Amino acid sequence: MPTIMTVDDTASMRQMISFTLGSAGYEVIEAADGAEALKLAQGRKVDLVIADVNMPNMDGITLVKSLRAMEQYKFTPILMLTTESQAGKRDEGKSAGATGWIVKPFNPEQLVNVVRKVLG
Amino acid sequence: MHDTVSVTGTPRSGDSEQYLTFRLDGLDYGIPIMQVQEIRGWTKVTPLPNSPRYIKGVLNLRGTIVPIIDLRLRFNLDEVPYDALTVIVVVNVGGRLAGLVVDAVSDVIALAPEDRRTPPEFEGQANRQFVQGLTQVDDKLLVLIDVDKLINQETLAEAAEAAA
Amino acid sequence: MAIDLRRFHSTYFEESLEGVAVMEAELLDIERMLQRSGGAQELDAERLNRIFRAAHSIKGGSGTFGFADVAHFAHALESLLDEIRSGRRALDLEVVGLLMRAVDCLRAFLLAARDGAAPPAEAEALRGALERAQTAGRPASSALEPVASTGSGWEIEFHPHERFFHTGNDPLRLLRTLAELGQLVVRADTSRLPAWEQFDPELCYLGWSLTLQKPVARSALDEVFAWVVGDCELQLRPIAAATAPSDPGPKTEEKGATSIRVATAKVDALVDIVGELVITQTMLSQLVEDFTPERLARLRAGVAQLERHTRDLQDAVLGIRMLPIGFVFSRFPRLARDVSAMLGKQVELAISGERTELDKAIIERITDPLTHLVRNAIDHGIETPEERRRAGKPAYGSIRLDAYHKAGNVVIEVSDDGRGLDRQRILAKARALGLVAPEAELEPAQIDELIFMPGFSTAESINDLSGRGVGLDVVRSNIRALGGGVEVSSVPGRGTRFIIRLPLTLAIVDGMSLQVGSEIYILPLAWIAETLRVQPERVSQPAGGPEIISVRGEYLPLLRLDRLFNLPARARELDQGIVVIIEADGRRAGLFVDELLGQQQVVLKSLEPHCARLEGISAATILGDGTVALILDAGSLVRQAYSAASLAAPVALGAAQAAFSTALH
Repeated sequence: MPTIMTVDDTASMRQMISFTLGSAGYEVIEAADGAEALKLAQGRKVDLVIADVNMPNMDGITLVKSLRAMEQYKFTPILMLTTESQAGKRDEGKSAGATGWIVKPFNPEQLVNVVRKVLG
Repeated sequence: MHDTVSVTGTPRSGDSEQYLTFRLDGLDYGIPIMQVQEIRGWTKVTPLPNSPRYIKGVLNLRGTIVPIIDLRLRFNLDEVPYDALTVIVVVNVGGRLAGLVVDAVSDVIALAPEDRRTPPEFEGQANRQFVQGLTQVDDKLLVLIDVDKLINQETLAEAAEAAA
Repeated sequence: MAIDLRRFHSTYFEESLEGVAVMEAELLDIERMLQRSGGAQELDAERLNRIFRAAHSIKGGSGTFGFADVAHFAHALESLLDEIRSGRRALDLEVVGLLMRAVDCLRAFLLAARDGAAPPAEAEALRGALERAQTAGRPASSALEPVASTGSGWEIEFHPHERFFHTGNDPLRLLRTLAELGQLVVRADTSRLPAWEQFDPELCYLGWSLTLQKPVARSALDEVFAWVVGDCELQLRPIAAATAPSDPGPKTEEKGATSIRVATAKVDALVDIVGELVITQTMLSQLVEDFTPERLARLRAGVAQLERHTRDLQDAVLGIRMLPIGFVFSRFPRLARDVSAMLGKQVELAISGERTELDKAIIERITDPLTHLVRNAIDHGIETPEERRRAGKPAYGSIRLDAYHKAGNVVIEVSDDGRGLDRQRILAKARALGLVAPEAELEPAQIDELIFMPGFSTAESINDLSGRGVGLDVVRSNIRALGGGVEVSSVPGRGTRFIIRLPLTLAIVDGMSLQVGSEIYILPLAWIAETLRVQPERVSQPAGGPEIISVRGEYLPLLRLDRLFNLPARARELDQGIVVIIEADGRRAGLFVDELLGQQQVVLKSLEPHCARLEGISAATILGDGTVALILDAGSLVRQAYSAASLAAPVALGAAQAAFSTALH
């Protein structure tokens, strides 16, 4: 069963993503910011990372760069959570090595669809 | 020791309603069985200072504190000493509990709506507010009581203020 | 699969309202700094980021959970904040003011969404103002629009760049997704495959020519390739025609329920205690199963242990309802700012003891009284800046809010360094209202107490602020209703201090059982100053009025509880009973009872729904033997003791003093 890591400083968003993807049959772990996520990622193998952009301690873009620098996460899909107005962030994320993005607001069905496409 | 009897009223489908009847100073009174929660013997209550005479005090009913009203005093009848037959009828109207001290409990009877008559002018105004209707059972007069009005908080509060 | 998002709403609302509080606190700080430095100044980037992130999270959450109009408003706020934090827009006092109004509106918006009420009326206007305040125009965000394309399908040339895999993308995934849209014909282009020795498995050498035999919208294709547009060569050529719309998500709204956020440590402690309780209970039941008299000692020990666990559990559970008073205090900087601006005063608010915890129910009900006191302090206490300068004080008046635990109570102090209580005016007003006999001489402390009398307001004008008819008497009775009390102390020209005492929790009380006649009453220990056996010569009844008792030179009114409650008393003579000295609201009185039965902890049960309010009684409890015992209200008893002869009590006391001094000589 694939493991997904959701990274967001907003508890309600993490809960929603956890619950949604958990119900879809994935295992989900949570991190409240980039630094925590990095630590978690080093501890176990994560198959997909869904990260918010704006977070304290380490933002999403930096997290992507850090993950990509790690051998085991060179090709792991990493999705950024962004809003429509953050076109610049999307580009930055892509340059840092992110796989793609999910635009907020999204509903649970959309989230599951995207994850299914990425993880199979 | 006191006995507790739990009463669960089951309304008969159809026209008639069931009433619990009790005695007070030689007269028979009735209240809808649906409003009766239980019947207990008399136990010592904790008096409430500076309350109206007819509020005897409060009682612990399985964790809830329930005010006890002496109906004789409420209806301005003579007070009598309590004995082994004295009974407290615990009523529950919309979640509000109260205990009514009566002389004795008689029976549960069914009354059809056509048996009930509105009360004529009698016994002065004071008690009329509690009387819901009159009927006759075996040649005896039965006075039906409006329990809601009897234990209504405003009435109690007004009376308390008047007594203070 | 349909997932109901409503289960996350209460967390979302709590978070968002906290975020609003953070934004407000930061903006207040910024405003103060700008005011001090007299204009624009370099501001901490991290602070601006914090404010931005809070708005951003709220916007994201509201969109996700279906509160579109909140999201719409938050978007405008977020955009302006983005402009500011990136330096494209300067931050001045005017913008800060606009932001604060926007934050207020956002809070109102969230509360309306939570409670199902109408959104705030000024939202649209404010949103427009926020947009105008951004100097750079922002492109309006648009939803996915259908694009009509002509043709019956698409020719697609898809050639990923070499490092395509390094973003975690997989061309096969894209092809599979395309295949879901319709019949797909795939031709791979292997022309770039290198010789085997040069083959690097981490690079992408393949390309594809695809034919999608379905007239899908261009937008659908854009969506498939959205992520990889920059990482490949992509050409889309239509072959026939069709359209497809896109759908917005469902909208849900729900009333939130009240809830408490509890530190997990508190819950863990609870789980531990319950565990211990279960063990002890098991042990006891086993012991009882085959019990022999020799085992009595063990039974006793077991019961004692049970008692300890129950107490721990009780403390822990009540502790869950305890919240730091900071929750209440946090609104006061904003309040102080608004009120002082309205009144032309300059006020600095200092807060300490925010971590002091009290019961949630008390916190909810202490807010209004505290607000009243702070408003009063700014309105009546603190002088105008000119007055203060003339008095040699700094132009900024200071108000202090402090909270701490003391002797089983929570103490909250509201103090100011203003002009203090004007005793002349208070006394005059009290005389005019008939509260004090014209010739009565009152101690300063007694005059101060007068401000708690109903109908008392020495304000020259009733401005919008102090309101009509909401006097300190209401404040005091509200605090009393919580089982607490409030006192005042003041030094003319130097300031005034209000001291509020509150019980730690509403539900359980340590009390002293008192025997009065055939009844038992409980008096909460917190009110008891001392107990003593009476020497009849220390009690006098001057002028046939109330009984007065002398205790170490202090003269206190004496209440006989048996008479007060119309009970037959057992001890008629003074030396056959006990006097309990109680203290409430800065005054002491004596209660004469038959006997002290001992201390016990009791659970408060309300009398209210069934019975009318009773003077001298605050609640009831159920004793171990199942009988009901009434709990005394010390505040009410003290009041009755002193009003037994109206406020001519000082006269009686004075006469008593005279009587005693003559008696002792």
